[in-house]
Amino acid sequence: MTAFNRIESKLSPDTAISDEIVLAGDGWMKELEPGQVLRIVDLEGNQAADTLFFDADNPEDHYSAVATIAGQGNIYLTTGSVLRAESGKELLKIVADTCGRHDTVGGSCSAQSNTVRYAHEKLQMHNCRDTFMLQLAKRDGGYTKRDLAPNVNFFMNVPVTPDGGLRFADGVSAPGCYVELESICRTTVLISNCPQLNNPCNAYNPTPIRVLIWNP
Amino acid sequence: MTSLWSKTIGAGDKWSGIIGKGKLLRFTALAPNANLSLMLFNANDLTERYNMPDTLKAQYTAHLTRGNVLMSDNGRVLASIVEDELGWHDTITGFTTREATDAKYGPTRYQEKRNEWLRSGYENFAVELVRNGLGVRDMGPVVNLFTKVFCDDEGRMIYDAAHCKEGAAVTLRTDMDVLLVLSNTPNPLNPSPEYPAAAVQLDITAAPGFDPATDYCFHFRSENRRAFENTAEYDLLSGR
Ligand SMILES: [Zn+2]
Repeated sequence: MTAFNRIESKLSPDTAISDEIVLAGDGWMKELEPGQVLRIVDLEGNQAADTLFFDADNPEDHYSAVATIAGQGNIYLTTGSVLRAESGKELLKIVADTCGRHDTVGGSCSAQSNTVRYAHEKLQMHNCRDTFMLQLAKRDGGYTKRDLAPNVNFFMNVPVTPDGGLRFADGVSAPGCYVELESICRTTVLISNCPQLNNPCNAYNPTPIRVLIWNP
Repeated sequence: MTSLWSKTIGAGDKWSGIIGKGKLLRFTALAPNANLSLMLFNANDLTERYNMPDTLKAQYTAHLTRGNVLMSDNGRVLASIVEDELGWHDTITGFTTREATDAKYGPTRYQEKRNEWLRSGYENFAVELVRNGLGVRDMGPVVNLFTKVFCDDEGRMIYDAAHCKEGAAVTLRTDMDVLLVLSNTPNPLNPSPEYPAAAVQLDITAAPGFDPATDYCFHFRSENRRAFENTAEYDLLSGR
């Protein structure tokens, strides 16, 4: 049986300095200072929060899914996972997690990958990479498509089997499950609350998430 | 078939170059335990590059072998694996950094070792990316040819040290004009305390004409067919 590592937080939403709802299909981009804690809440369950990170002081150094999983020798993210940039720099650490497992090899959905995975006529559908690019477009030219690397899919379960297969399993999250990350350096967080309508993981019904920030 | 061009990429070496559509790239491990990391870009639009998640999701796999195609972030086929004697190539473990290389093999510097100093994947790729007008923001997952890393039920990653034998070969076919960037640096999960010494030979020949009716990779999955159709549309519109 596969282990899930569920650790609760001691932080209360009453003391958060920021508390926002990100609706299904919407984006969110913000900087975290060192020591600040970010909580992402899966309000209705089995929603995917596609999230990217950048070293805010050197945005060319983005989150690296493969450096993160190779660094910890485990393909799943949970409490204790250190999220690394391509250079190996430590960006954030997961400090609480009531879901127990998160994916970082599945990447985000895009118009183009939808044509490959589902059908050519899916090109027009709303998708995470469009959301990412719309957020990047608001940052006066600082970021381009080249900055979009494989992301974290919080609340998604993409099991890798010992024989090298990849499955899209039913969600392991439930209404109210959350993940909490403590920023190690100044970090830029970019979230796309996934609008994917082709994947049964969310019962074809994308739902809102809640994002809170605490000071150290 | 006689090779158009051959090159031996020694342990620690790097190389990059543009390779046109319709070539066969045969990579041969000249010693056991090789690991050749590669990045791929559309040579005519360097913002389009190999996308590991799209490649794995579309083909329902966490490893690469014959039949698999290497997809770009624009849903097209950059290259396909047309022959494979190993059955498993890694794309989830990335490359080494300077810090990790020093920590594992001991610090080495040019000042003491001259050209025997030990190269890291990050530095090798940084040099070749900058040389081609790109930069560290273009870093991303690589394909680690010859390496097998599998995961147990708990997600722990296990490096298979018996996987790559001397002489083992894999052949990629370019399905677009690509910029190929190579780094022959150790796999980050290779537990050996010795810096691996396996050189890799690359032989390039002309590929037989692409025939969708009979092509193994085209018919491997319906997702692959749609990615090849996207590539054909790009060729049609761009006149390539
Ligand atoms: Zn999505």
